[in-house]
Amino acid sequence: MEFDPFLLARLQFAANISFHILFPTITIGLCWVLLYFRVRFTLSGDKAWEYAYFFWVKIFALSFALGVVSGITMSFQFGTNWPGFMERAGNIAGPLLGYEVLTAFFLEASFLGIMLFGKDRVSNRVHLMACSLVALGTTASAFWILSLNSWMQTPAGYRLEDGVFFVDNWLAVIFNPSFPYRFAHMLNASLLTAAFLIMGVSAWRAIKQVDGPATWKVMRTGALMAAVLAPLQVLIGDMHGLNTLKYQPEKIAAVEGVWHTEKGAPLTLFGFPDEEQQTTHMAIKVPKMASLILTHEWDGELKGLNEFQGRHPPVAPVFWSFRIMVAVGMLMVLMGWWASWRLLRTRIERYENHRWLLRAMSAMTFAGWVAVLSGWYVTEIGRQPWVVHGLLSSAEVVADHSSATLTGTLFGYVLLYVFLLVSYIGALRYLATKPARSLSLMPQHRAMQQARADQGGA
Amino acid sequence: MDLGYWLPLFFAAAMGLAMLIYVLLDGYDLGIGMLLPFATEREKDTMIAAIGPFWDANETWIVLGVGILLIAFPQAHSLVLTSLYLPVTLMLMGLILRGVAFDFRVKAGDAHRDKWNRLFALGSLIASACQGWMLGAFVTGLKGDANSYLFSALIAVALPSLYIVLGAAWLLIKTEGELFDKAAGWGRLAVWPMGMGLVLVSVATPLANPAIAAKWFTLPNAIGLAPIPLLTALTWAGLVWVFHSQQMLRHGYGWLAFLALVIVCVLASFGLGYSLFPDIVVGRLTIWEAASATESLLFTFWGAAIALPAILIYTVFIYRVFRGKATDLSYE
Repeated sequence: MEFDPFLLARLQFAANISFHILFPTITIGLCWVLLYFRVRFTLSGDKAWEYAYFFWVKIFALSFALGVVSGITMSFQFGTNWPGFMERAGNIAGPLLGYEVLTAFFLEASFLGIMLFGKDRVSNRVHLMACSLVALGTTASAFWILSLNSWMQTPAGYRLEDGVFFVDNWLAVIFNPSFPYRFAHMLNASLLTAAFLIMGVSAWRAIKQVDGPATWKVMRTGALMAAVLAPLQVLIGDMHGLNTLKYQPEKIAAVEGVWHTEKGAPLTLFGFPDEEQQTTHMAIKVPKMASLILTHEWDGELKGLNEFQGRHPPVAPVFWSFRIMVAVGMLMVLMGWWASWRLLRTRIERYENHRWLLRAMSAMTFAGWVAVLSGWYVTEIGRQPWVVHGLLSSAEVVADHSSATLTGTLFGYVLLYVFLLVSYIGALRYLATKPARSLSLMPQHRAMQQARADQGGA
Repeated sequence: MDLGYWLPLFFAAAMGLAMLIYVLLDGYDLGIGMLLPFATEREKDTMIAAIGPFWDANETWIVLGVGILLIAFPQAHSLVLTSLYLPVTLMLMGLILRGVAFDFRVKAGDAHRDKWNRLFALGSLIASACQGWMLGAFVTGLKGDANSYLFSALIAVALPSLYIVLGAAWLLIKTEGELFDKAAGWGRLAVWPMGMGLVLVSVATPLANPAIAAKWFTLPNAIGLAPIPLLTALTWAGLVWVFHSQQMLRHGYGWLAFLALVIVCVLASFGLGYSLFPDIVVGRLTIWEAASATESLLFTFWGAAIALPAILIYTVFIYRVFRGKATDLSYE
């Protein structure tokens, strides 16, 4: 069977970037959380904060390694899979990626050594500085790569000569129209992913009865982060959406399933988009809501997909990804509030007092991943058929490898990634269930476990 | 000053430097990775501890090298990476396995430790061999005929042996006792294929490219250039001697082996640079033909001019923090 090489190249890139983004998403946020643990320990001298740091820095290191190696793959794939992109947009993409390497990659990779293994070799102050530099490095990395991604969505500050992009104004390129929104949205998403990860793993530890005082401090930190940042994310997401409506209306049309331009467009909550018949089957609609949300007027006009014949993204994946992202986002808001309310109201740190909460938290350990992936699918599939919106199509820049080669390597990558993902979650489980030497059990738990053991023996 | 002339030259030199640093630094990581199966369990931990704080930053040099290729010479970047699609892909998979095995071997539980040790070694071997293959293909101009495949295959053996020697030499600096002696033994074995590789590249490069032959073998150039191969050969002999001399090894001069390797690699890259210049893809593209727009290069130049010295300074700082014999890695 012959597959379309263009589709295969896209699938391969999608597989790589989907796998890659999982780990930076964790590390960008987790790094600031780790810095917070270190600062808390330095200020209070409470050992629990230091234990929290030791426990989470291991998971950070593991996630960081996965992010680095999958990121290197990305930097090569621009050339191996999309040579046309670099030939045409290299004058813009090159320097932005270059600044990422120069200002971020070396910083984080170098000081990571001290952050992980250098505690006894440097003073507390230097160690804190190393942690801050790694955190700054990961954030700087996000800054540059999101700047480039945003430029591909909303190009600015360029001029075109014979199909090749040249730079007119670097500030306009870097701070292109969608960049501030995308950067804020992603940074916040990262912090939220980290919040749910630390909350979920801590809850798991409590359920497995290997928790200590540090576990609950971490859990509370995660809950408070979620309670504040999840609603904030809804707000940023809304602003980001309005920005997209202005610059990429066809993406919004696909997101909302608006087939024909209309005034007072309804909000489709649910349904099955059908591109051939240009309709959404079994749609559940709220009258006029889409117009209200996007234009802030009951009768605001929304452009439909009919105005972008042949130039709009595939509807169903964008439509669905968006709904998954929003649903998970709403769940995250509720979870954040519920967890904070419960954990702040009762200071009793026992599994027996929070059974359902702990189960719910541990079920949502990877909620951030689901939301981030679906969010990126909305924006990236939503950019198609363009690689640089409105100016350069993806099909123009693809490399001409045979479909056999691409199928083989795609298969290899997917196999490797599935194996690594299973190993990662396995290692996380192992680390989470292992009673860390430093995390001494709480006295009441020891007594309880003793009681259980006695009962079992009797 | 003509920026359109000087900027591509600057970036070509920076790329060469990044690649040289990569070979030296990640070379010893990968070498130690390949040596891992020959060590006892206890020694494995020490070997990993000897590279633990460094490998991540070491690997970043290849990202910088490829990054400069991409930033400064996008035309060449596309040509080189699409021609080398398969070895690049395999190398990436090798680097992925190596990089994650590092963490998994201590974090996935004792039941999985053996598996990750093996994958660490396998990943290192695949990555090194693929890099050798790519170097071979690059030097012969990405031709894809039988001779250049044969040549690439030979370099795919030679480069890993250089990495193994680098790894052994690094262990002479970072370890003591039985492992130290073992490392010297590994070095004694691996210097031979490495030496053969050096000779091979030196002979085959001019044979494959008449233009390069002309650069080396016409008088008066030949006389001016003679010190490069001569010094390389001498340093290599010195390297063999250090590995064999119990006196040098016993009295704490093991680090001379690493120094000798640095000199060999610097000389070799001078030779290679001289051969290739001004081409970035041999026989097809010069650095000026492949360069991006001058204003883009200038923008990156300012960043590089500030960041590169800073990177070098804090790299030295990190190596100072972790100087001395390797101690067990502990997060606590």
